[in-house]
Amino acid sequence: MDSASVTVSPAPAVQYLLRIGDTALILGQRLGEWTGHAPVLEEDIALANMALDLVGQARAVLTYAGSLESQNLDEDQLAFLREERDYRNVTLVELPRGDFAVTVLRNAMLATFFRLLWQRLLHDSSDAELAAIAGKAIKEARYHQQHAADWVVRLGQGTEESRRRMVAAVDQLWRYSAELFSDDAVDEQAAASGLGPRWSELKPQWETEMGAVLQHAGLEAPAPGKFLSAGKRGQHSEHMGYILAEMQYLQRTYPGGEW
Amino acid sequence: MAAEERVRRAWDVLDTVLDPEVPALSLRDLGIVRDVIDHGAELEIVLTPTYSGCPATEVIERSVLDALQAEGLAPARATLRRAPAWTTDWISDAGRRKLREYGIAPPGPVMPDEGVPIRVFRRETAVACPHCGSLHTEKLSAFGSTACKALHRCLSCREPFEHFKPI
Repeated sequence: MDSASVTVSPAPAVQYLLRIGDTALILGQRLGEWTGHAPVLEEDIALANMALDLVGQARAVLTYAGSLESQNLDEDQLAFLREERDYRNVTLVELPRGDFAVTVLRNAMLATFFRLLWQRLLHDSSDAELAAIAGKAIKEARYHQQHAADWVVRLGQGTEESRRRMVAAVDQLWRYSAELFSDDAVDEQAAASGLGPRWSELKPQWETEMGAVLQHAGLEAPAPGKFLSAGKRGQHSEHMGYILAEMQYLQRTYPGGEW
Repeated sequence: MAAEERVRRAWDVLDTVLDPEVPALSLRDLGIVRDVIDHGAELEIVLTPTYSGCPATEVIERSVLDALQAEGLAPARATLRRAPAWTTDWISDAGRRKLREYGIAPPGPVMPDEGVPIRVFRRETAVACPHCGSLHTEKLSAFGSTACKALHRCLSCREPFEHFKPI
């Protein structure tokens, strides 16, 4: 494998898959940062396990996205050799891991989103490969969602300090959920071809489920604002370059390195 | 060797290849071998992954091919079939017994709950202790030493044990 950057096709189907695969990949990378650093051993193991599931899902989706490319890119080329603007993850997953409150809230937001997305893909996608990947991933997403939601409730109803941190996490992260549900031509094409739903279609159920979690936790969702991040369109936050530098260092320095 | 005979022998070999992470179970017990197909020139072993990120998947493929070669059944290749997704319901009765003997509580039946919202306050179904059989147990950790297990402890005999999560 060469260390030169690869570029990907602007074809909407490829872009739709990259949004899914990259979101799982970058969240997996962020959760991996907790390994050896989580507040208790059980959560260290939990976060590493969830990271493993997410990276596994990303591998399957990126492998499939690469196979649709005329250049036939493999999962490693896609994961390690793209330039920042060619990553299609939502901005929410690239934000720094923050404290444990930020981590569990983000996990709850993303796992809820992924469970709803995989469910639609499993049952409605016209693409057999994507539906098959979804059939496996939905079982994992559901377990992640339950675990993360339990923590949001526990911290929201915990001590004065844990509650203060949960309130701050909601204040920091909630605005980034708007991007998940903002459609564009990629969504329209996916819906038209039957590949997958417009992501906006997942919004009502996501709001219902996240609303129930916040309510049990004694937290309140901020009123919708005008802020709209655009990571899935390639316009990332300042945090993206740093995480990619860490992820890509080895493959850029030792092209094709394996161990 | 006739095709039928080759396929039957391959299944027997797969019953001796152990899961690297839960070595109490053979791949056949685990239910991840979906098919064995004789193509004349080679055998095709169709496997399905347990978890998306299970790091054992590649080791398993290699040990399958090594075992078949050792029994004179090469050439063979392993292929991946994702759908239908693996479920712990496919673990054989013998596999469940072996898990219990190994000290891992086997999974209960899987509930069709993928589309049902999670419950913020839920009651856990009691998992029977694989050591003393008591239902007086509690979950210590939702995740365990491998992706497929959670950690529990028995409040009767006080032993910790792992539970194979139903998925």
